[in-house]
Amino acid sequence: MSEIRSNIERRRLRGISVISALSFASLIFFGYTNPGEGKTTFGFVLNNEWVLLREWVISAASGAKIFSVLALLASLAAAFAYRNKMKIIIPISVATFGIFMAFITWVAAGKFIPFTGLLQGALLLAVPLVFGSMSGLICERSGVINIAIEGQLLASAFVSGVVASLTHKTIWGLIVAPIAGAAISFLLATFAIKFSMDQVILGFVLNVLVIGLTDFLYKKLLVPYQDTWNTAPTFGHIEIPVLSKIPLIGPIFFSQSIVVFLMYAIVAVITFALFKTKWGLRTRAIGEHPTAADTVGIDVNKLRFKNVMIAGLIAGIGGAYYTVGSVGAFGKEMTAGAGFIALAALIFGKWSPMGAVFAALLFGFADNLQSTLTIIGVSIPSEFMLMVPYIATIIAVTGLVGRVRAPAADGVPYLRGGAH
Amino acid sequence: MMRNSINKFIQAIKLPGLSFGLAFTLTGLIIAISDSKVLGKIGSPLEFIKSAGATVGNAYLALFQGSIFDINLTKGHNFFQGFYPLSETIVAATPLILTGLSVALAFKSGLFNIGAQGQFIFGAIGASYVGFHFHLPVVIHIIAAAIAGMALAALWGGIVGLLKAKTGAHEVILTIMMNYIAGYFILWILKTKPFLRPGRIDPIAPEVGLNARLPLLAGDNLRIHAGIFISLAAAVFVWWLLTKTTIGYKFRAVGANSQAAKTAGISVPFVVTATMAICGALAGLGGAVHVLGSEHALNADIAGSFGFDAITVALLGRAQPVGTVFAALLFGALRAGGRTMQSSTGVPLDIVLVTQALIVLFIAAPTFVRYLFRLKKLNSTASLTSKGWNG
Repeated sequence: MSEIRSNIERRRLRGISVISALSFASLIFFGYTNPGEGKTTFGFVLNNEWVLLREWVISAASGAKIFSVLALLASLAAAFAYRNKMKIIIPISVATFGIFMAFITWVAAGKFIPFTGLLQGALLLAVPLVFGSMSGLICERSGVINIAIEGQLLASAFVSGVVASLTHKTIWGLIVAPIAGAAISFLLATFAIKFSMDQVILGFVLNVLVIGLTDFLYKKLLVPYQDTWNTAPTFGHIEIPVLSKIPLIGPIFFSQSIVVFLMYAIVAVITFALFKTKWGLRTRAIGEHPTAADTVGIDVNKLRFKNVMIAGLIAGIGGAYYTVGSVGAFGKEMTAGAGFIALAALIFGKWSPMGAVFAALLFGFADNLQSTLTIIGVSIPSEFMLMVPYIATIIAVTGLVGRVRAPAADGVPYLRGGAH
Repeated sequence: MMRNSINKFIQAIKLPGLSFGLAFTLTGLIIAISDSKVLGKIGSPLEFIKSAGATVGNAYLALFQGSIFDINLTKGHNFFQGFYPLSETIVAATPLILTGLSVALAFKSGLFNIGAQGQFIFGAIGASYVGFHFHLPVVIHIIAAAIAGMALAALWGGIVGLLKAKTGAHEVILTIMMNYIAGYFILWILKTKPFLRPGRIDPIAPEVGLNARLPLLAGDNLRIHAGIFISLAAAVFVWWLLTKTTIGYKFRAVGANSQAAKTAGISVPFVVTATMAICGALAGLGGAVHVLGSEHALNADIAGSFGFDAITVALLGRAQPVGTVFAALLFGALRAGGRTMQSSTGVPLDIVLVTQALIVLFIAAPTFVRYLFRLKKLNSTASLTSKGWNG
């Protein structure tokens, strides 16, 4: 026990040292390398929200210095908090923010950064990742590995696009998408639970199956008969009165399509249900110790089957976001690996709902920052920014910052009185 | 005696046979019902079945003509030109054998190497660079380029092994992430100065020198190249490594039961790292052979889906070297034939992905096939499993 505690202590100490070193490096590098005489402009107004501050202009050199000093002070505060055995998460977050802002001010010298747009775009890119990681979360907390998130997203994006095109109604696209996600889940659940197939192989094969099927049907039907099959309408934006007018927060969170509001609701429900309800307790039990769960009368495989189906429904809404939720028409392999980033977010978030959401937002932000910097003409190789989610995940699973652990029975088929 | 071995043979091919039959039947159904001509005859069942049969028959005939032999190609040429499709099949299968072996060898050590794609990319990068940057004598240039590719890829794969050995992180997660990193890395490196082809701004590297190219085997009209011998030699090497050497024995011991292997004094971290490095080298050799044999220049899409198909290949080949070779030839044939099928019958190439997925799904779930056909006994030795995230 004391060994575990000292491990955690050591990790916190290491975290503080790393962030202090980074703050210092940021001050030296961003503060004192030549960003030119340029000024960096941050824009804060996106839609028709109340204007508190339209623009903020700061000289790149002094801005980078100010934010680096802020980061340094926050690191000091973290060290102080550590000594007094207080939580260090807030000062660490502030320091990270400072370093990041120093970087932005430095890199965008002489340019305009649409700050609100940057964050809004990040949220939008994170939407399918959040749905995907929630699907993975429910499966894996129940003890079934779900690598088929990509397949669930792609299949439901396809079906929702086609149905919305044929019916000319966005709502039908949103209604059938979860069914498509659940169909993939049905295959996953049947082969994994009923036929005890290896779940990693199964998920992989399901992805190939869905990619093959949607590519095939796309070329066979959607391209030649585009007018009837691939002209899905899209949901308009819903503006929540008053809330959507709040500067910065309003346009980011409260002026969105219905799919985004559904996402808030689903994340809230899952977080509550997983930790505060009987269902949640049972779900976590069959994922950690199915034999014990069985002993107290829980039908392990039945609950796993049910949960995998629920996960499919949730991923399905994420799939609908690609078509009726944003661009309308379905594109070949339009999910482009989002299912795997969602898996990465789940793992990076240590298999917890809020952790996964936070990771998804972070990955969405890295992606959007990359494209924003490319658009405003900053010469940072965008490829390295795009690598961020994957490198972050590797760091997370290898325990360089806090070791992550999967549910104990994740991926292990449950056979009663069984072999495992 | 005779009857006994025939029985054994039937038992052995029952599962693959049924899986193939099922996969091709389902694929045929998809082709038929997605065809508007066939659907138009839904009114009369007899006409419908006839039309569906014709559509599917034509598609599968084109698949054969595009992958093995096409009599039409011999007109005006010599007879061998008719084997152009077979040559294409082998060209597609050559790198696939190597990436398939990479995944198969990992399975033998109890590891699931999803990272063949990234390892392939690094193999291709290394081989391409040595191929266009240096000027070396014949043979030596090929060897140098191949070794450069293998070394880079072994490093890339070895990192995964090392991380797993040191921290216990799961290789599936690590390799998925490493694939994406490799994918972005090649996009970046193709924009760097050494890899930009003079006079071009699009991401394509200079062609490798003539001395670095693998010789063609059947004249200039057919693309089949000496890489196939490298692939076959690699298959023999993997077989030899696994069955005739101490290292291979350790690999298999860890794959069968890592706890027991540890108790017996085998260093599991060493086996994990060594396996992943060798797997990386094999997949990297695939990338090298692909560049030196048929592509000659590195481009962003060089890896295609060789690394991902490798997983289905290894699963179909049941992680055996010989099985992997045949599985790679089969998938190479589907790939080559799919192109002909698409151009001559209008059935999109992508349907072969569905066939591949279905074949592997059924092969990897013998209990399902047994259940479906109400079989009492089905020979399915050594079913392939990876372990849960914590395993």
